Amino acid sequence: MNEILRVEGLSKTFKLSRKQQKIERTNRKEIVAVDNLSFTANKGEIFGLLGPNGAGKTTTLRMLSTLIHPDSGDAILDGYSVVNQPEEVRGKIGFLTSELKLEDFFTPNYLFNFFSQLHHVDESTAQERKRQMFSRFGIDRFAEVKVANLSTGMKQKLSLVISLVHDPDIIIFDEPTNGLDVLTARTVTDYLQDLRSKGKTIILSTHIFSLVEKLCDRVGVIIDGRMITCGTLDEVCNGLSLEDRFFEIYKEQKGGEE
Amino acid sequence: MKNNTLTIIKKEFARFFGDKQLLFTSVIMPGLLIYIIYSLLGNGMSKMATEGANELVTVRVENLPESVVPMWENLPATVVLKQSVSQEDIDNLENKDLNEVLAIFPEEFDSLVATYNPQSGEAAPNVKIYYNSANNASSRVYYMLEGSLSTYEDQLSNRFDINRADNEEAHFDMASQDDVLGSILSKLIPMLILMMLFSGVMAIAPSAIAGEKERGTIATLLVTPMRRNELALGKVVSLSGMALLSGLSSFIGIVLSLPKMIQADTAGIELGLNYTGADYAVLLITILATVLIMASVVSMLSALAKDVKNAGTMIVPFMLVVMFCGLTPMFQSGTPESLTSYMIPFYNSIQVMTATFAHEMRWMPVIVMLASNVAFTGIAVWGLTRMFNSEKIMFSK
Repeated sequence: MNEILRVEGLSKTFKLSRKQQKIERTNRKEIVAVDNLSFTANKGEIFGLLGPNGAGKTTTLRMLSTLIHPDSGDAILDGYSVVNQPEEVRGKIGFLTSELKLEDFFTPNYLFNFFSQLHHVDESTAQERKRQMFSRFGIDRFAEVKVANLSTGMKQKLSLVISLVHDPDIIIFDEPTNGLDVLTARTVTDYLQDLRSKGKTIILSTHIFSLVEKLCDRVGVIIDGRMITCGTLDEVCNGLSLEDRFFEIYKEQKGGEE
Repeated sequence: MKNNTLTIIKKEFARFFGDKQLLFTSVIMPGLLIYIIYSLLGNGMSKMATEGANELVTVRVENLPESVVPMWENLPATVVLKQSVSQEDIDNLENKDLNEVLAIFPEEFDSLVATYNPQSGEAAPNVKIYYNSANNASSRVYYMLEGSLSTYEDQLSNRFDINRADNEEAHFDMASQDDVLGSILSKLIPMLILMMLFSGVMAIAPSAIAGEKERGTIATLLVTPMRRNELALGKVVSLSGMALLSGLSSFIGIVLSLPKMIQADTAGIELGLNYTGADYAVLLITILATVLIMASVVSMLSALAKDVKNAGTMIVPFMLVVMFCGLTPMFQSGTPESLTSYMIPFYNSIQVMTATFAHEMRWMPVIVMLASNVAFTGIAVWGLTRMFNSEKIMFSK
């Protein structure tokens, strides 16, 4: 197995505002979102981070994509450190999340060219890639329609395409099917499997068990910012269905607290 | 590296020029509006001044004295002699459409004047001139009659003159025409320019930075391999360019409408020609340097703001400071000598422009101003880079 991503002791705490302290009925000034998290992912696999809302999945992925800085620890993506070489890391990855929006004013065509330039993709490669991906996702017919006028599904497909203009080796995907209609969700999951068959590595976060079972080669279960268990789907499930196994783990972790 | 900055600049301009509405409201409208408003204002004022100049006016005179005849012969009005001016004639004047003036001299005016002794304590002979100030023609002729009689009175008791022009070239106010116009312009125009530039920056920068933050599009840019300082520089340069276009439009509006404001059209045109190429160059450099620092400060404030609305609020105190700098020429005579004063942004631009308009431009302050503004812009770009790097600023809601 060819290790392409190594996460070592990643931690992140957020300060709580006064208001937030009231809402959570706590006097703590800080909340630990990610707590000394470590895991690895291999080239050509789909790795899933599974956990309930607020477990720290998104925070972890945002640190991997260098949007936010870890308080301690580091992650090495294809040899580059998120702490010390953020620009290089960003050149290696494609990051996809619903929080990344595209400017309403521009057309898919313009945006693809713009982001290709920012990724320094040469002109002819960019055009060829655009042709292929636009036709695969059915964007070609809307290539000159402003983003503002696209349907929600088309916007999401365009976001996916835009995040992959530079054909990255590592794709980080926060909640890939969240908010997608069934057709678009299917297109996306098919495409992820396609990417894997091309040797790409995909790190995704989700709280949907079926998605993990369908897509992931390996899975890490995160609860309260800590990695509880990590391994192949079979290793983690231990003979149970993923859902049953998850709740077993969850009880073990949370049982004492409630 | 520069390549990414260029890509950002190209995108910002594509956004700007592609949006007809934005282009119209930020570039075409300010200039057009200023031109129209100022022109209407100027036209209105000059119309008021010249209205009634060609209308026929009847002057009815009772007891016109011999001595006054030559003075009133060449009036642009018809003088009608009357035996007596009746009360009805006077009442008729209340109709403001009547182009008339009534003058009543005492009988034997000339001899009364000749024998009158100011030391006697008696009332002097009195001339009554009735007119209607609501009628421009009537009031214009009144002032002519009054003026000519006052001159006549002065002549009667002339003992000495002040500033008598013995020939056409004689003039006693030694300020040149340039200086007079220059000193008015030097106090007024720099502030106007500063305001125009500011409104240009305000129209564009908040939506380009706070707006991108609000809409979540800045995060999409932040996950590309581009360095944050490339993004910061690209934003500041493109915003400065757009603000400059907007400011330029306002400036052209002002320049074109100036002649109408100054009423005498020719004065306005001469005023343009009286400045040298160097003056214009300095003006342009100053505007550029000002817009650069203005755009970078507003960009920083917009980056700090949560959304466009919040940015608008945050910019107000900064705007007041800039406006205050714009007002400083009104409270001081001349521009400061010490070069350190020219290191203060905005104040330095105002002072350089003031000096230039007053025909007192010196190169050293210009150079200090330019160097200081470029340095401050550099610091601001660095600050903006730090902000783009700060997750707290970029992702706080």
